[in-house]
Amino acid sequence: MRKPSLRAYRIVSLFLLGCLLFNYPVLALFNVGASAAGVPVLYVYIFIAWGAVIALAAIVMESGN
Amino acid sequence: MLQGWFIVTASFAYIGLLFAVAWFADRRAAMGRSVISNAWVYSLSLAVYATAWTFYGSVGRAATDGVGFLPIYLGPTLTMLLGWFVLRKMVRIARLNRTTSLADFVASRYGKSALIGGLVTVIAVIGILPYISLQLKAVSTSFQILLGYPEIAMPPRAGSMEVMQDTAFYVALFMALFAIAFGTRQLDAAERHEGMVAAIAFESLVKLVAFLAVGVYVAFFMYDGMGDIFARAAGRPDLEVLMTPLGGAAGSYASWVWLTVLSMFAIVFLPRQFQVAVIENTDERHLRRAAWIFPLYMLAINLFVLPIAFGGALHFSPGQVDADTFVLTLPMSQRAEGLALFVFIGGLSAATGMVIVETIALSTMVCNDLVMPLLLRIRAFRLTEQRDLSSLLLDIRRAAIITLLMGGYFYYLLAGEAYALVSIGLVSFAAAAQFAPAVIGGLYWRGATRTGALAGLLAGFSVWTYTLLLPAFAKSGWLGAEFLERGPFGIELLRPTQLFGLAGLDQITHAMIWSMIANVGAYIVGSVIRRQSAAEHAQATLFVDVFQQTGEPGSSWRGATSASALQTLVGRFLGPARAVELFTAYARLRGVKSVDELEGDRDLVRFAELQLAGTIGAASARTMVATVAQEEPLGLEEVMTIIDEASQVIAYSHRLEEQQQELEAATRELKAANERLKELDRLKDDFISTVTHELRTPLTSIRAFSEILHDNPDLDPAERQRFLALVIRESERLTRLINQVLDLAKIESGLAEWRTAELDVREIVLEAMNATSAIFKSRGVALEARLAPSVPLVMADRDRLMQVLLNLLSNASKFCTPGTGRVEVRLAGDAATVRVDVKDNGVGIAREDQALIFEKFRQVGDTLTEKPAGTGLGLAICRRIVGHFGGRLWVQSEPGQGSVFSFDLPVSAEAAGAGRLSASA
Repeated sequence: MRKPSLRAYRIVSLFLLGCLLFNYPVLALFNVGASAAGVPVLYVYIFIAWGAVIALAAIVMESGN
Repeated sequence: MLQGWFIVTASFAYIGLLFAVAWFADRRAAMGRSVISNAWVYSLSLAVYATAWTFYGSVGRAATDGVGFLPIYLGPTLTMLLGWFVLRKMVRIARLNRTTSLADFVASRYGKSALIGGLVTVIAVIGILPYISLQLKAVSTSFQILLGYPEIAMPPRAGSMEVMQDTAFYVALFMALFAIAFGTRQLDAAERHEGMVAAIAFESLVKLVAFLAVGVYVAFFMYDGMGDIFARAAGRPDLEVLMTPLGGAAGSYASWVWLTVLSMFAIVFLPRQFQVAVIENTDERHLRRAAWIFPLYMLAINLFVLPIAFGGALHFSPGQVDADTFVLTLPMSQRAEGLALFVFIGGLSAATGMVIVETIALSTMVCNDLVMPLLLRIRAFRLTEQRDLSSLLLDIRRAAIITLLMGGYFYYLLAGEAYALVSIGLVSFAAAAQFAPAVIGGLYWRGATRTGALAGLLAGFSVWTYTLLLPAFAKSGWLGAEFLERGPFGIELLRPTQLFGLAGLDQITHAMIWSMIANVGAYIVGSVIRRQSAAEHAQATLFVDVFQQTGEPGSSWRGATSASALQTLVGRFLGPARAVELFTAYARLRGVKSVDELEGDRDLVRFAELQLAGTIGAASARTMVATVAQEEPLGLEEVMTIIDEASQVIAYSHRLEEQQQELEAATRELKAANERLKELDRLKDDFISTVTHELRTPLTSIRAFSEILHDNPDLDPAERQRFLALVIRESERLTRLINQVLDLAKIESGLAEWRTAELDVREIVLEAMNATSAIFKSRGVALEARLAPSVPLVMADRDRLMQVLLNLLSNASKFCTPGTGRVEVRLAGDAATVRVDVKDNGVGIAREDQALIFEKFRQVGDTLTEKPAGTGLGLAICRRIVGHFGGRLWVQSEPGQGSVFSFDLPVSAEAAGAGRLSASA
């Protein structure tokens, strides 16, 4: 077996981070009545976390070998 | 402007545009400059995932569940991250094996089993029909709503009018024609559809822009930005609960998690997703960029779902408008005609994209993995003898597409109104998820077997049917409501929505939990219950270790056939002209001039099988090639033979290794022996030179005195007498020396005669002392004896033992000072040995000389200046004699302190036995 590359470890780590962010109990922390600029924090949180995972994925995937 | 004729014209104009895109892409592909070989196009084509369901249904679900629709898009985000491992592996395998569909892929993994391929096809068709019906529903509903403009009225229920007047029926027909035109114009060995992929990517752009346009319009033109919509919604009690929707009645965390898992599977295992992600992939590296572009697309298309949902709920009075149609009805309510038409086109894009890819993928599966294997097996059709089957293949696919869309339409009539859009789609998702264990397990678990895959698929599909499909029929009034409420035959434990009493979950979560337990359980049990066949094992290794392989996979074809037979076979499915083209290219590749010169070896058979596999699937290709090429399946016996041969080779190499070691050992021994021989040779030379030197000394003096006597006849008698005495003494010495040399030579060569008998050492010691007492007396040296009264008998030669004792005693007498000299002989014995010590108080021997004196011709002291006191052979002979009887001879000495020469001899066996007896007595 070849040794997995650093990128492989980064991808798996990012996957695990995604599993954590889009799951109970982290979601429950934001499932509250507060709002940011009128928008409920749960919605704001999900889209920001989602965007962050995508941005990290772009960095990991597009970085040179 | 929104009259019926205008909407239809606009729709057809848009479809025409799609055809233009597809035509352009196909032309570019034919020129070798593919437009779809691009990570952006690949990512956009993956967005076929977002169907009319996303376009209209997400808003509908958001209006009742809040964020409940999001897991369906978060799951694929996670999957795409792992795509670099999982999808890439599938792409590699599919390319090497010319896989044409998901069913082909699974069948190929489990020993090219036609049964598995057929089962996957059946599951896919039944599972996806609801999804197709969903698209029909969405398009016909949106068309009817738009037709009602400027009124906003919900269309009549499905099935409430004649089929011939039903929009959905015409939508289905029209989509079937569209899919046929796109997907089945020609047969391609690679089963790639460049034009279709380009059109899909274009459609993905259109639906995204359309949805974003509505979102921006609603959020910023109808309302004062997103904050405004949410703030107003928070003021309504029925909408306020949706601000914190999780954990409450609207959606549990369990259903959130299961929806995520479900969509993680769906993004890969829905037949259309497998088609665009795996089959149509042109370059593995595209997966890297798709891993973030595709999630970004989904984020973008979901950004305005909640604002539109809340905006619609605020704008319309409750119950007036179905939330599934907010995307369309909101612009209509504002008289934004152009935007409304654009939204309709966007929805049409989403629906047609899904239907085209899905039906093409399914029709390929139906044709290759269901119909063809059956037709080829039924001899009555004589299909294996037909010349050109390529048009038959295309006809089967066209028929399959029409059947699928009609099936979707009838499902729509049956169950279409019982659920919202999202629920229908999730039923199909759950069906596609049943492929996950067999495929993912097949990619990483070498031991997974055909039996396991069959069992898992059957079990999962059965549970899916029971917990999702039957309830859908029941709700539509087909089965009767008591089936749902009280279970079959009144058995409450078997209620389809609360199986075994598992309550409190939504229907999808409930079905997923049970079907996954059944599927994975049966898959594992089925796989461990029986050993794999050889063919299965070969395919399993091919799949699991795909990244470790180089070049084309191996083949089980071993019989020979002719190239022309193979070419005819391929020609029947691909068309004769195409076959000639392929085989000529192959012949050129192999370096021969024409096809006739090609050898019908296993490589060629494998080549033909691959070409066929690209058209009719792995299982059918195998069947077809078997009609012209002899396949000798790798039986268990042959595998055992191979293993046996391998172990024999291992045994041989072990033996070789051993022999090599033996050789090395022998070489070492030989080297040592050679060294010893050289040493002996040197010793022999030394011995001869020493002996001749020793012989010359007495000879010289004999000769000198003889010459004096000879030359001087008148020598005075006393002088003469003295000289003669010297001559006699030297002669005696010479004789003794020669005797001893002969003696030593005899002992060393093993020729000496030994008269071994049981002896009493005490008796011999006393005799030797008697014999030498005269010498001691004449030299003035005292001789004393301290002998044990009795010692055990030893086995030895009496004369030889006497020789040793005499030698030791005479040596002792020689080196003692006359007058004060004292020699003591001691004898002692125990059960094992008898020991004799001869102790003198003479000059002693230096430590470094103690070992030398036992060597031949070694005498202590300077032989040049002192007259030698012996021959120098005595102790050497003594040591050999004692050694011969199993004893040792050694010396202990300090210069000036005298020496002790000792030897011991083992007690004879009989004497030892007697000794033990007496000791125990």
